[in-house]
Amino acid sequence: MTDQHWKNRDVISIHDFSREDIETVLHEAAGIVPNPDLLRGRVMASLFFEPSTRTQLSFASACERLVGQVIGFSSGEVSSKAKGETLADTIRMVEGYSDVIVVRHPLEGSARLAADTADIPVINAGDGANQHPTQTLLDLFTMEKFSGKIDGLSVGMVGDLRYGRTVHSLATALTRFKRIKLRLISPPTLRMPPSVLRELEGKIEYAEQEELDLTGLDVVYVTRIQKERFPDIEEYEKVKGTYVINAEVAQQLSPTAIILHPLPRVDEIHPEVDALPQAKYFEQAKAGIPVRMALLKLLLLGEDR
Amino acid sequence: MAELKVSKVKRGTVIDHIRAGMAPAVLRILGIDRGFSDVVVVAMNVKSSQLGSKDIVKVENQILDEETLKKISIIAPQATINIVKEFEIVEKRGVSLPKELRGILKCPNRNCITNAAEKVESFFVCKQENPIEFRCHYCEELVEAERAELIL
Repeated sequence: MTDQHWKNRDVISIHDFSREDIETVLHEAAGIVPNPDLLRGRVMASLFFEPSTRTQLSFASACERLVGQVIGFSSGEVSSKAKGETLADTIRMVEGYSDVIVVRHPLEGSARLAADTADIPVINAGDGANQHPTQTLLDLFTMEKFSGKIDGLSVGMVGDLRYGRTVHSLATALTRFKRIKLRLISPPTLRMPPSVLRELEGKIEYAEQEELDLTGLDVVYVTRIQKERFPDIEEYEKVKGTYVINAEVAQQLSPTAIILHPLPRVDEIHPEVDALPQAKYFEQAKAGIPVRMALLKLLLLGEDR
Repeated sequence: MAELKVSKVKRGTVIDHIRAGMAPAVLRILGIDRGFSDVVVVAMNVKSSQLGSKDIVKVENQILDEETLKKISIIAPQATINIVKEFEIVEKRGVSLPKELRGILKCPNRNCITNAAEKVESFFVCKQENPIEFRCHYCEELVEAERAELIL
């Protein structure tokens, strides 16, 4: 029997995911292996209205490992958008050509609009600064894989917590789990927005601090601090140098702790950290494959198959 | 303090228990501006046992439709609407905050799909009631009702 909760479902925002939903995806992802029969004859439309190498390639790779076909485009300039077609019309057209739509678009809310328009499942691969749920799911997958659990973890988020979409979604997702402790480490101008903090109230014990103190953490989630967020270049240079994980800083961590980063990194994790056992950010990027395979399977075939 | 004297309305609507300071916003919702020809009485910062102080708007010859009541409920959730005929209140009702608002609030997020050339109708879902907060169905931006920009 297939589970109608998953078949034809859209994956738009982590707000739509219960703990059980997250666990289902992580469980599927942990067990999924390339399968020449699973998605044979199915077509995934990959609509990237703005470029994103990593996300696009990992969705395509996930689909092809299940022997589905991929159609699509990877830049707004060559698409129908250049001819003035609305997103809703593009989606209606593509719906006739495919079984599942993966969409990345620079405008916030675009993926929800696509999902409301199409009858086939839509996966949000990033809508502007809003949501990128498959990134959050692969972050959680990596945490569970290397920490053995999610409940009870002490998680540190470091860097730009104000504009970083990945940390907002991850913080929301962590509210679904038990006994999470969150340490929010950022410069005062780049603190977690009040709207996200309100979601944590009563669910997660969190503390905000400026100092890069990683002692006692199980997971360190590092994000890039972008130059364009600062009106003053001197302030940027000062802050940039403060939130760098190098081998010395990493010594604060226990051997079983893990360091994650959504990538691409610039200077915030020194390459000397790559060789340390705690460095799991490339493993994290790899997790995009099983997690996206699991989602394609769930949305196209349902849960129990 | 001298007693407040405001003439009675013969036929029309009295919107009472508007939170103090919100009467101008109610006037905007009602489309009352230069060129509006019916009699309008506005009282602001009137003593109220319920609210401490309140605003009142009386408009002659106007019976409000559901859309207008929805808009008023967002900025003045405690408002009472009195329908007056021949100087008598014939109907008295509160406003109720809708769970969903379509085409009423403008999303403050400039990068939201509802503010693009796409012509998507704005759609907000009530997230919490005290203070009133709505979430954009599309971009998930949270909007406090008091700061919300209404599409008039």
